[in-house]
Amino acid sequence: MQQPASRWRRAWDHDLAWSFRRSPVTIVAALLTLICVGSALLAPWVAPHNPFDSATISLTDGFTPPAWTEKGSPQFVLGTDDQGRDLLSTILYGTRISLGVGLAAVAFAAVLGVTLGLLSGYLGGRLDAFIMRIADVQLSFPAILIALLIDGLARVAMPPETHDSLAIPVLILAIGVAGWVQYARTVRGSVLVEKNKEYVQAARVIGRHPLAIMVRHVLPNVIGPVLVIGTIHIATAIITEATLSFLGVGVPPTQPSLGTLIRVGNDFMMSGEWWISVFPGIALIVLVLSVNLVGDWLRDALNPKLR
Amino acid sequence: MRRKFLVAATLFALAVPAHAVMLRWAAQNDILTLDPHSQNHATTISIMQHCYEALVRYDKKFQVEPGLATGWEQVSPTQWRFKLRPNVKFHDGSPFTADDVIFSYERIKQPQGTMQPYVTGVKEIKKVDDHTVDFMLDGPNPVFLRNLVVFHIMSKTWSEKNKSEKVQDYKANENTFASRNTNGTGAYMIKSWEPDKQVTMVANPNWWDKREGNATEVVYSPIKSDATRVAALLSGDVDLVTDLPTQDVERLRKEANLKVLDGAENRTIFIAMDQGSDELKYADVKGKNPFKDVRVRHALNMAVDREAIKKVTMRGLSIPGGLMIAPQVHGYDKAIDVLPKVDVNAAKKLLADAGYPSGFGFRLNCPNNRYVNDEKICQALVGMWAKIGVKATLAAEPMATFIAKVQNFDTSAYMLGWGVATFDALYMLQALARTKTTGADGSFNFAKVSDPKLDGIIDAMKTEMDAKKRDALIKDALIMVRDQYYFVPLHYQLRPWAMKKNVSTIHRANDAPESRFAKIEEAGKAGKAGK
Repeated sequence: MQQPASRWRRAWDHDLAWSFRRSPVTIVAALLTLICVGSALLAPWVAPHNPFDSATISLTDGFTPPAWTEKGSPQFVLGTDDQGRDLLSTILYGTRISLGVGLAAVAFAAVLGVTLGLLSGYLGGRLDAFIMRIADVQLSFPAILIALLIDGLARVAMPPETHDSLAIPVLILAIGVAGWVQYARTVRGSVLVEKNKEYVQAARVIGRHPLAIMVRHVLPNVIGPVLVIGTIHIATAIITEATLSFLGVGVPPTQPSLGTLIRVGNDFMMSGEWWISVFPGIALIVLVLSVNLVGDWLRDALNPKLR
Repeated sequence: MRRKFLVAATLFALAVPAHAVMLRWAAQNDILTLDPHSQNHATTISIMQHCYEALVRYDKKFQVEPGLATGWEQVSPTQWRFKLRPNVKFHDGSPFTADDVIFSYERIKQPQGTMQPYVTGVKEIKKVDDHTVDFMLDGPNPVFLRNLVVFHIMSKTWSEKNKSEKVQDYKANENTFASRNTNGTGAYMIKSWEPDKQVTMVANPNWWDKREGNATEVVYSPIKSDATRVAALLSGDVDLVTDLPTQDVERLRKEANLKVLDGAENRTIFIAMDQGSDELKYADVKGKNPFKDVRVRHALNMAVDREAIKKVTMRGLSIPGGLMIAPQVHGYDKAIDVLPKVDVNAAKKLLADAGYPSGFGFRLNCPNNRYVNDEKICQALVGMWAKIGVKATLAAEPMATFIAKVQNFDTSAYMLGWGVATFDALYMLQALARTKTTGADGSFNFAKVSDPKLDGIIDAMKTEMDAKKRDALIKDALIMVRDQYYFVPLHYQLRPWAMKKNVSTIHRANDAPESRFAKIEEAGKAGKAGK
């Protein structure tokens, strides 16, 4: 008699795991993502210095090149910036902020988009038309423009004292609002298919509240694609955040994200201190690329047509 | 017919730029206004001096020479008689007379402007005839002529016609006709000002003097980003760049088609702290003002490593200083320019003695587009003060909004750079360290520094005609300001300018290029000068 496969065995044999094992690129990307996320989360323990503790940084260390160059110092592996902060540490802390903003913005966009998509698809009628027209209008602009607009409006509306402290929430809001449309459209499409199936009709017949039907019955059946969009959206959101910060309207220099670091370093690009801008740039590329590759793989793996 | 018109139009289009020699000049920030009596702000004055003139002006060596006056004599120690230059016309064609001088005097004195220091000590101006005026002084004034250099003369009839008798109230966001339009007598006429974009000036064909240079059109562009400004020079979009980013100077020196003109500026960069309020507006200390305590000010001075700022932030382009005036200014004495020794422990002890053993926090306001590396210096200061437990929060913003806050007393500590237009220590002492009044005394003393003993010395200095005695007074005052730590002086700026090889001009210690000295060679370029 055959033993029932262990839980571990079943997971190993699962379609997803199988396709993961077969794709070396994805394995590398996932590893890199893991490293980025891990080091970002553990930044306060992993980073050699705390770049935000002004009392421990010394201006005289400023502009130290990376350790392997002639004037480098082993104390600062990737060199220091203009204020004498260790670049490796600032990058770790910066990745943390970039990732945090990206994830939060995606979560916000997903919640907003899924809610509107569900309502739109299930209730239909005027509400559906209204929401979808807004989505159409928004789709005709690039997301970065919408984010800039919201960010700008928020800055005008807020008193200047609160700009720095509220910069990150506003940024999350701006990027989130700029990205809800995809979720809403995908969910709406799936809901239109699901809502005419027997189980939904049955639920309706026994008199369940429409809200309960939407959340309990329809939502679980349409959520799959949202996960895929979400994964890919993380990469886009991080890039949007970096772009806004590079333009100087994102994260303030007191809590630098990768984009802010690149902007600050940009001043010194022409004068030979390339490392201040290049290393945060490399970190950004690695982070976004690996997240994107994992997202791509997930999309293909979950797409029955490609199997 | 149509063809003829086209030919004529083409010829005309070719003919005009063929004579135009354009100087394209870029610096960091924009002017604040076109009203010559509104803002005592170096960039604004450096543009305004092209258009407006005073009775006297500086020659190449910063000695006083005749401007709108042809000569002067001292009738008595308190009465100066000026002969006005005949046949001078304002840009609108109206003649320049004694009435314009008197009108401008009444205008520049108005309290909403910050230009009163330039007529300090003048009690009254009397008209003798159309081209003679008498300046009546409060008392003898040894630096009287130097003060007048920035006393720009406006046309009375033009100002009255355009309802601009009142000086623009800049800090109340007011705009008047005169803050948007100009009508001076100077070598250049300001054709247009597009805020944050450019100021366009054309040579005044009817100017009374002859220009030494050949620039007939000057375009000034404020370019905030350091990298962009340098790139504009490298790519040939501009001919002259002032406000050079320190990190790029060495590289620009090596560029084959550029040259760098070295020079020091007579400007002191310093931090001022609100010493007048009973409670700081932006600090975590309630009910008292730590800056009133000399020990706290001493500690803040002691924690600053000026040499490190010079070496790292300024890349050698500064002279660390402990006085509030730069070496070119009359009254400067190397012997008393002593830097406070950096000593973290001693500074901590001073703070503890003053009742702040664990330090305190306050907001430091800084401009981010005015002085060389202003924001970066402030960031460095935040770090240096953190080491003695003082937690400064940096608020860096563009000069335009920053200066409005300073002038509205809406700061607790701020960075400022003080250039001395008169090249005499009195100008700094009177504007920054003298107790604030509505007039020229304390006109930029927004830190509310007030010391009756110091006031007495400064007031004595204003009228002391004996050069030796006066120099002694200046020295006393400078030492008093230094030892009471009324400010945190940081350094004097070195200000190299970079320009194309074919451009030549003379360096000015007030960091204000004068286009009348600018020569641009290479005839082939002239054709491109059209817009």
